Amino acid sequence: MLTLTINGAEHRLDVDPDMPLLWAIRDHAGLTGTKYGCGMSQCGACTVHLDGKAVRSCVTPVSAAAGKSVTTIEGLDSAAGRALQAAWEKLDVVQCGYCQSGQIMSAVDLLTRNPDPTDSDITTALSGNICRCGTYVRIRAAIKAASRALG
Amino acid sequence: MHNKETVMISRRLFLVKSMVAGAGLTLGMALPGCSREEAAQESLPEAGPGKAGGAVVAESHFAPNAFVRIGADDRVTVIIKHLEMGQGTYTGLATLVAEELDAAWSQIEVEGAPADANTYNNLFWGKLQGTGGSTAIANSYEQMRNAGAAARHMLVAAAARQWQVPAADIDVQDGVLRHAASGRQATFGTLAELAAQEAVPETVFLKDPEEFRLIGTRVPRKDSRAKVNGSALFTQDVQLPGMLTALVVHPPRFGARLKDFDASKAKQVPGVVEVVGIPAGVAVLANDFWSAKKGRDALQVEWDETDAFMLGSAELVAQYRALADTPGSSVRNDGDAGSALQSARQTLQTTLAFPYLAHAALEPMNCVMQRTPDGVEVWNGEQYQTPDQQAVAGVFGIAPEQVKINMLYAGGSFGRRANPHSDYLVETATIVKAIGGRAPVKLVRTREDDMRAGYYRPLYVHKIEAGLDAAGNPVAWHHRIVGQSIAADTAFEGALIKDGVDVTSVEGVSNLPYAIPNINVELHSPVHPVPVQWWRSVGSTHTAFAVETFIDRLAAAAGRDPVVFRRALLKAHPRHLGVMELAADKAGWGSPLAPARGRGIAVHESFNSYVAQVAEVTVHADKTFSVDRVVIAVDCGIAVNPDVVRAQMEGGMAFGLAAALNSELTLEQGRVVQSNFHDYRVLRIDEMPEVEVHIVTSTQPPTGVGEPATPVIAPAVANALSAATGQWFDRLPLQLSV
Repeated sequence: MLTLTINGAEHRLDVDPDMPLLWAIRDHAGLTGTKYGCGMSQCGACTVHLDGKAVRSCVTPVSAAAGKSVTTIEGLDSAAGRALQAAWEKLDVVQCGYCQSGQIMSAVDLLTRNPDPTDSDITTALSGNICRCGTYVRIRAAIKAASRALG
Repeated sequence: MHNKETVMISRRLFLVKSMVAGAGLTLGMALPGCSREEAAQESLPEAGPGKAGGAVVAESHFAPNAFVRIGADDRVTVIIKHLEMGQGTYTGLATLVAEELDAAWSQIEVEGAPADANTYNNLFWGKLQGTGGSTAIANSYEQMRNAGAAARHMLVAAAARQWQVPAADIDVQDGVLRHAASGRQATFGTLAELAAQEAVPETVFLKDPEEFRLIGTRVPRKDSRAKVNGSALFTQDVQLPGMLTALVVHPPRFGARLKDFDASKAKQVPGVVEVVGIPAGVAVLANDFWSAKKGRDALQVEWDETDAFMLGSAELVAQYRALADTPGSSVRNDGDAGSALQSARQTLQTTLAFPYLAHAALEPMNCVMQRTPDGVEVWNGEQYQTPDQQAVAGVFGIAPEQVKINMLYAGGSFGRRANPHSDYLVETATIVKAIGGRAPVKLVRTREDDMRAGYYRPLYVHKIEAGLDAAGNPVAWHHRIVGQSIAADTAFEGALIKDGVDVTSVEGVSNLPYAIPNINVELHSPVHPVPVQWWRSVGSTHTAFAVETFIDRLAAAAGRDPVVFRRALLKAHPRHLGVMELAADKAGWGSPLAPARGRGIAVHESFNSYVAQVAEVTVHADKTFSVDRVVIAVDCGIAVNPDVVRAQMEGGMAFGLAAALNSELTLEQGRVVQSNFHDYRVLRIDEMPEVEVHIVTSTQPPTGVGEPATPVIAPAVANALSAATGQWFDRLPLQLSV
């Protein structure tokens, strides 16, 4: 039995310690906003925060998250998170939407570390997140808009 | 006033009556599929867009037709018959209703339609419900406006009756009806119950385009919020009580069959419930994904490869090249291309190769299915309701209408979820059947499964020979295409294969717009077991590249600027010309560029929309290159939502750019080489150019925007690279050799 703190709530999960955090979050904690896209840290759809830092939950064993604080898209309530979600909505960034939880989680990590990122900073921080619909122009614009909104 | 444009009465009469037949007007009556399934829906994370028939119906509501429901709470629910896979159709179709209803955009909600081809068919496809071919807005444009106008008519009639005033004196704006003289007003919700008692109009009047308040403006997407807070429901997210997750091990080569399997080790994995052989391979069913995956890893399977396809892509290209040297089925034959080539002043020839491509939607294919007392219930990013109902019904031996389908959001599709063989739905059905239907099953494909289990844009080879006269005008174009038929052996064969020619293999060349007096187009459709399917923009994915790069070669041979050369040949095609001139103008065509930079143009019509793109590239010292800027001009008729059009131009271009730069699925000895995004490379943010989109102002009926941007970018980039380096390109993805 493992205890995970997800979005501030404790979950006691009877799972294989090798199970990727992604599947513990989705199949056992029942939070499905975090997506499966590749299973090998290639696409970023599974991005969550572990103690405030972005990780790929598809390659993070659930045992590595025990005792730490996991934040998923459903629990995002930092100033950066709210600003980014608002900018995403204002600019209608999404198309199919499947990657966008991961995109936003990566963007929150970026703005938390670097409130005024350059284009190059954005490229570096988001290059691990694939959007097959090609919403990259708007992702970039939304991060800049959120950065401005945060002052 | 509201009503100026009277659309053909006979057509309208039919439409309104058919809508009545679809839903009825009875107060409080649920639409098909709304009521019985609420118990099953409760376990789902969130109701709303993307989930068919799940909304709890408001106590008092007005459902004038199968597309509109108005609650006493003023909420207007628009039932959307097309799949939302990112292209914005939930927003676009709702806009059409809201426009004619004169509703406020904020009161509009959307809901996916159930599977019912009598009511929700694609009007371009006969009695078939489905999404594809960039038809959603185009086929629904009048239908959805009619639905909104009919509802408005009944609300106005109800107000007129209640207020004892002439209907013509009632104005409607943002969901409020007003009678100016008496000062009376009422919202939709307060009139819904009365409106339901009014007669459904036999004719309705639609607005003139200059009266539009919503169409042609940017209204926000209806799916944005759910997709930025994680609540949007995709197939992958469905959880039903007692549901098992199934992973399937597929044969290592296409055409191989299951010989034997040993499940003893797989069954020892905690959480694994059952292992069953199915026609597609072996399915491992478990309580969760991870257990199913570990169980599958422990499975031992033997395959019979007697009929397996053993060739690689290199051998296929060689075979196709040989075929391209022989005459094929005639597609188009204007004049006498053979003689004209003989007498031409100069001739040019090229042979081009295009690889297999995976769709690689970010949500790998998946499906949830369960046996019910009434038949079967499906949860799916459902793109092909009618064929899928038939295929699933066939597995269980039930009637197609016993297959209830909940259309969820799709995490991309790009054609993949409209599979003419209903491949992954049939796979799910065979698993449910194999376990006697005793539990709901969620089929999940891993990324590797999704990439290797088939259904690709076919590999193609093109051979083109063209001739110029002494003045540099093209006089002959002889074009042979070699590639598997997508439509063969599907239910679409009759509609798509004409005189032995699969129209999806040749579109873009068969309708070559350039004024060339002698044109001969031929097709070979070799048959082998690699599964193929349409991929965003279908035939144009390869034909646009072949045509547009070769046009640039001809222009160079004629010593003319590519825009000047095209202009002379497109005189009879004003919409091609319009987008070409707009893109060239906005891109500053002809203005000087720095050394090692190049600019290229391409123009192409697909799905009745016209797109031109100008790409600017930089060639780096290490022989790599970057695409810096893309200027896009599109003529899609009336742009229902210009921002959604822009988004589809940006994204459609990016999808094509991935194939131009990176994506290639190869076979070696029959095995798929690539498995995941590390070796099947798609576009990332660092490769995304700056994009400008310019929309041609038009009063023509709207045409599709989901696909037409995709095929134009590869030739635009290739032409830009040719301009910068002098190299011509004969394959995708593009490789610099200089």
